[in-house]
Amino acid sequence: MKRNLAVAGLLAFAWVAAAPGSMAKTIYVSNEKGNSITVIDAETLEVTDTVEVGQRPRGITLSKDQKYLYICASDDNHVEVLDLETLKVVRTLPSGPDPELFVLHPSGNPLFVANEDDNLVTVVDVEKGNVLAEIPVGVEPEGMGISPDGKVMVNTSETTNMAHFIDTSTYEITDNVLVDSRPRFAEFTKDGKHVWVTSEIGGTVSVIDTQSKEIVHKVTFEISGVRPEAIQPVGARVTSDGKLAFIALGPSNRVAVVDAQSFEVLDYLLVGQRVWQLAFDGDEKRIYSTNGVSNDISVIDVEKRKVIKSIPVGRFPWGVVVKD
Amino acid sequence: MSGKLGRYPQAGGGKTACRGEGIAGLGCSLLRHCRRVGLRLLLVAGLSLAWTAVPDGAARATGLEIPVVYLTKEEKARVPLSLLDPVLMDDGVWGARLGLKDNQTTGQFLKHDYRLIETVVGKDEDLVAAFKKVMAAAGGLVLADLRTPDLEAIAGLPEAADALIFNVRAGDDGLRNEGCRPNVFHIAPSRAMKADALAQYLVWKKWNRWLLVHGKGEGDLAFAEALRKAAKKFGAEIVEERPVDADPVSARTDSGHIQIQQQIPVLTQGAADHDVLVVADESDAFGEYLPYRTWDARPVAGTQGLVPTAWHRSHEQWGGTQIQRRLHKIAERDMTVRDYASWAAMRAIGEAVTRTSSAETAKIKAHLLSDKFKLAAFKGEPLTFRTWNQQLRQPVLLAAPRSLVSVSPQPGFLHQRTPLDSLGYDEPESGCELQ
Repeated sequence: MKRNLAVAGLLAFAWVAAAPGSMAKTIYVSNEKGNSITVIDAETLEVTDTVEVGQRPRGITLSKDQKYLYICASDDNHVEVLDLETLKVVRTLPSGPDPELFVLHPSGNPLFVANEDDNLVTVVDVEKGNVLAEIPVGVEPEGMGISPDGKVMVNTSETTNMAHFIDTSTYEITDNVLVDSRPRFAEFTKDGKHVWVTSEIGGTVSVIDTQSKEIVHKVTFEISGVRPEAIQPVGARVTSDGKLAFIALGPSNRVAVVDAQSFEVLDYLLVGQRVWQLAFDGDEKRIYSTNGVSNDISVIDVEKRKVIKSIPVGRFPWGVVVKD
Repeated sequence: MSGKLGRYPQAGGGKTACRGEGIAGLGCSLLRHCRRVGLRLLLVAGLSLAWTAVPDGAARATGLEIPVVYLTKEEKARVPLSLLDPVLMDDGVWGARLGLKDNQTTGQFLKHDYRLIETVVGKDEDLVAAFKKVMAAAGGLVLADLRTPDLEAIAGLPEAADALIFNVRAGDDGLRNEGCRPNVFHIAPSRAMKADALAQYLVWKKWNRWLLVHGKGEGDLAFAEALRKAAKKFGAEIVEERPVDADPVSARTDSGHIQIQQQIPVLTQGAADHDVLVVADESDAFGEYLPYRTWDARPVAGTQGLVPTAWHRSHEQWGGTQIQRRLHKIAERDMTVRDYASWAAMRAIGEAVTRTSSAETAKIKAHLLSDKFKLAAFKGEPLTFRTWNQQLRQPVLLAAPRSLVSVSPQPGFLHQRTPLDSLGYDEPESGCELQ
């Protein structure tokens, strides 16, 4: 195994030297306990590289020009910027303590970072590398979603059990919506009308109307043979056309496919163990899930609603993004 | 100020310290009880002010007030068998304080104003009088960090009839069975829950033959009984029992280890064939000395060795890292079992108040017992209350001194309601029928 890795490492090195960044579609996965980013060619579905980064990398996101990967290095208390050409960490950004998840403004700047230990959302200018604001929120902030027009950000706080709506021009909380226990993730629909908030311990997904701030629907899940307590929604993604939602259901080892119009659950796809986060590729033909306990990611064909492959990655994969 | 309670805000003689006023920015409505608050308390209050920087515009003036009493009794410091264990005089209270902070942070968005009234009754003082006094001032939400007789003494008072008392310490099964009361919720797991959690793991390991070594204290005998019951329930066998009469000479006296090295093999030699030694020594009088010293080379589990516990400093699953860090930040020490229970009780109150927008004990109680109540408490699944005896259902950690070994219920131990109900007394066998 060690030798294989060494060989793979050499190959990867040779590759990078030969044609840095020449891959078309690439998947990046953060490995929380591996302190690394796994790089996967999205065409061949082969791991091409593993890059050592800071400690406890969790949330990851691409810069707007897709040249850089921002990485929450939670235990190093900063955000690292990985150059995707050279696969080197080229700079760090302040993030406030224990950054867990973040969301980039659609314009490419600033970055909104959830500081899990300090009940804050830190707003970071990614160009100047300075902190623009700190917004006090509920206990254990985690989920971070931003409206397509960039005007409203939603942060979820895991112990307070709220979705905090934040005005991105004033950095003030405008509304707080109580949701079920331990909200983990917030995902806006592309039309900006709804935000989907997952509740890990509550076992539900609240669909919140962004105008009225009312919960218009609560999606619940039922999987035969799986005890209800194991159904723990974490990551969520909605297709751009607003038709389908994919919800990662944690230790039930399933990704739910939900009709995003009727809110009916259409299917449960068996993936790896303790499924955390999800990411579409650019054309939304595939969606990838990180499976924290089985140390792999699952590749899901969106149209066929089928898991087509598992790819072993590093230890405790957490975040995933796809570069076009 | 009679006692020496370390960093604990001192409130002997039924005097009560009130926290939270600095944060509220309003002054404490219970200020008349905030007498003689020590310098250390002020320091703590200063810290809390720094943590909760309240967002602008989060007015509190018209809010709902939720005073919660943390009630405990001063005890003589017990020197642990291991030098590694700190002598704690503030066990439990820091969990309540952390729970307060969490509730306050949430409350600021809802204009819910939580207060914690820490009441420490001196060793020679009247608990009942102190309880009555604080009840009259603070209303009915009480975290009782008390031993069983003290808990029973206050729970049965007419003044407590409409109170909600959260038992964050006493593990007696009697309190959950015949001795159950409608005004008491049990956050701490019972002895039976812990013994069952351990038994499931030992059976899963196929370590089915147990040598039971137990002390003779009341708690030791009760836990030994819980172990016997657990063995029967899950198909293990206690092949022999060895009561321990005298305390071995402490290894912490100079060269004491030489005696211990001789005594423990003698204590355990010639026992019937067994796979594991299970120990019931709640007062920590000898159990710590069993591992590596027994006659037969066998692992040790129970009150020492591999322990079933509600919380452990090595626990980092399911976001546990976060709460360990948050407690460390304010208390500058590890989170204990009593801290965890106090925190969970505060959070249970917070959840009920948040969801019902009420601080009335009857409404809080109804919510806690409803299927709407799901407490997120770093155990990987929602915690709920058993309606028949108001015991918090919870996974039980199995911890070695420096690492988490497993979490029970173990896979395969099923139950018609939830696997969590495979731990402790189930509804049909419970002597308590509250609902």
